[in-house]
Amino acid sequence: MNNDLMNVSSNPHVRSKTGTQSIMLLVVIALLPAFGFGVYNFGIKALILVAVTVCSSVLTEFIYEVLMKKKVTVSDLSAVVTGLLLGLNLPPNAPWWIGLIGGVFAILVVKMLFGGLGQNFMNPALGARCFLVISYTSIMTNFDCDAYSGPTPLAALKAGESVDIMNMITGHIGGTIGETSMIAIVLGACLLLLTGVIDLRIPGTYIVSFAIFVMIFGGHGFDPAYLSAHLAGGGLMLGAFFMATDYVTRPVTKKGQYIYGLFLGIMTGIFRLFGPSAEGVSYAIILGNLLVPLIEKFTYPKAFGMGGEHI
Amino acid sequence: MARMTFVGGVHPYDGKELSKAKRIRDYEPVGDMVYPLSQHIGAPAKALVKKGDRVLVGQMIAEAGGFVSAPICSTVSGTVKAIEKHRVVTGEEKESIIIENDGLFEEIDWPEVPDFESLTREDKIKMIADAGIIGMGGAGFPTSVKLQPKEPDKIDYIIVNCAECEPYLTSDYRKMLEEPEKLIGGLKVSLSLFDNARGILAIEDNKPDCIEKLKKMTADEPKITVKALKTKYPQGSERHLIYATTGRAINSKMLPADAGCIVNNVDTVIAIYNAVIEGRPLMYRIVTVTGDAINNPCNFRVRIGTNYSELIEAAGGFSKKPEKIISGGPMMGFAIFDLDVPITKASSALLCLSKDEVSSSEPSACINCGRCVEACPGRVVPKLLAELADRHDEENFVRLNGLECCECGSCSYVCPAKRQLTHSIKSMRKIALSHKKK
Repeated sequence: MNNDLMNVSSNPHVRSKTGTQSIMLLVVIALLPAFGFGVYNFGIKALILVAVTVCSSVLTEFIYEVLMKKKVTVSDLSAVVTGLLLGLNLPPNAPWWIGLIGGVFAILVVKMLFGGLGQNFMNPALGARCFLVISYTSIMTNFDCDAYSGPTPLAALKAGESVDIMNMITGHIGGTIGETSMIAIVLGACLLLLTGVIDLRIPGTYIVSFAIFVMIFGGHGFDPAYLSAHLAGGGLMLGAFFMATDYVTRPVTKKGQYIYGLFLGIMTGIFRLFGPSAEGVSYAIILGNLLVPLIEKFTYPKAFGMGGEHI
Repeated sequence: MARMTFVGGVHPYDGKELSKAKRIRDYEPVGDMVYPLSQHIGAPAKALVKKGDRVLVGQMIAEAGGFVSAPICSTVSGTVKAIEKHRVVTGEEKESIIIENDGLFEEIDWPEVPDFESLTREDKIKMIADAGIIGMGGAGFPTSVKLQPKEPDKIDYIIVNCAECEPYLTSDYRKMLEEPEKLIGGLKVSLSLFDNARGILAIEDNKPDCIEKLKKMTADEPKITVKALKTKYPQGSERHLIYATTGRAINSKMLPADAGCIVNNVDTVIAIYNAVIEGRPLMYRIVTVTGDAINNPCNFRVRIGTNYSELIEAAGGFSKKPEKIISGGPMMGFAIFDLDVPITKASSALLCLSKDEVSSSEPSACINCGRCVEACPGRVVPKLLAELADRHDEENFVRLNGLECCECGSCSYVCPAKRQLTHSIKSMRKIALSHKKK
């Protein structure tokens, strides 16, 4: 017998090099331009706030897993991604404890209590952000800081004032730490698109359907200035490329992804144009998250030889 | 419309450079030969010999045990040592004829081969059946049965599966280069059985030398075309090959004949040539012995029944300690824990890897990334099917097309969480299929 130390397993016997950790690392790297610009735009306070959200997210996961005697999984970097996304979604002037509460809430309540990685039905960073917005409304909606004061461009747009498009695209405006620079966000998104971490199905449908919605119901028709202000303003770019594409909370079926993107585009449009707030991306996405099981159920693909071979 | 590929699939490291340039070498066995009575799909063959009988090369030692079955002939001369259970590559023990090889390779008096033109369709099919030919791509379905579809007039394509999409395997590649006339001859024999059929040699485009050679050789054959396929695993899967070459899609419950196609593997077609034109039964198999743990990767022409351990020595032994030994390719082959198993009609390779990528990557939580959905050539949702399988939810597994899986392994291959998706789905399929039969 030659069976000493010979491994047996079911096929296949080889594995691709991509792992959960390498995917998460790419997402972290892709968020760095937006993060870097946020620090440049808003100063050291932004850096500290993001550091607090990242550390509190990772520590919460670590402590929870140790206390619950579960396998410690912080090395998969998913908590870092959550912390980073949450930090980039906070106003630069928010006190440090807002970041702490947000990080703990995101990981503990939204992620771990539902079973940890892969089991949460809502994007942890967005869940925490919405929790913070409801609980600490004045802090979370105050975008005044050293560099900028007054309403964000999107709020100004809603009030019918004019905005500077160039500044909105480069990011020299007020807003949350990571959402202001369209260029930095798209740069990071390109990395994810090129490495195959995400594809254009969701962000593409989301942005296009939102643009069409704004053209129809925005009252400005096809006005490039108004339209680009809506596209570059608020959390749309960050949301479309980094949060709507969150694996765990988006539909896994191809057709479902188009429907999901379309839903997000329409909901964001409704929130922004007809809601009381100028913003709408976060709520649109978490609302979309809730519909994922339903979308998946109705878009289960047809198998090969049953009509699904060409899709 | 033919697309020359299919949706989904993966691109694993192909490892073919290890043995690609090695000419086929004859290997003559020295030890005992083992012939499992069940090397094919269908009823096991029935032994025609008993312990103590002397047998010769080419002598039929077991006859077909039913319509869907195949006979087996001896590939050495020697004495029947026992008819008992012996381990096979899948790990099971199967009733086998064991022959003590006397090393003389004394052959039977081969019957005279009748003139091809005088043969009727029935004669040819009988010759193929008596030669014990089965699908040598791995499934092992008796070829004579395949060649007798209900409506032979409706067959309009005979596709030779020359894709060889499994990484590391180079046996089909070598045969196309070294025995192309036999391949084309075998295809012509197959075409002579069907009035309306045209032949397709379907080759992945990572073998441009084969494509060029076969194109040149079939230039004056109006009924035969060579088609270059996109290189992608599992391009050689029967249903996906039919789709790529003809644009016709069939599901798992249908037969290729339902799409007017018959698909045979390279080795099978050459075996048809040997049986009908040269009057020789199926006795040999080309086996690639390769992997980073093998000193001298080779392509051997091996007598069926040879012990795997002999082949490792013939390929120069191990260069480093193998962690995993696989019969077949890395995507669909069987990991074996015991080298004392025989080469059967369906064996294609012996792959020895110094590192086992499966045991070195611990499965973690599914992150719902959708890579398995993108890769699945069956167009199902592997991550969901695997979840249902792990929960023993057979009803929903079947409802969500779990039976349409072709077990190609693409989902497990791409999974970043290193989950054993194929394994879960395969196990559940077995259970569900056995319930269906009842």
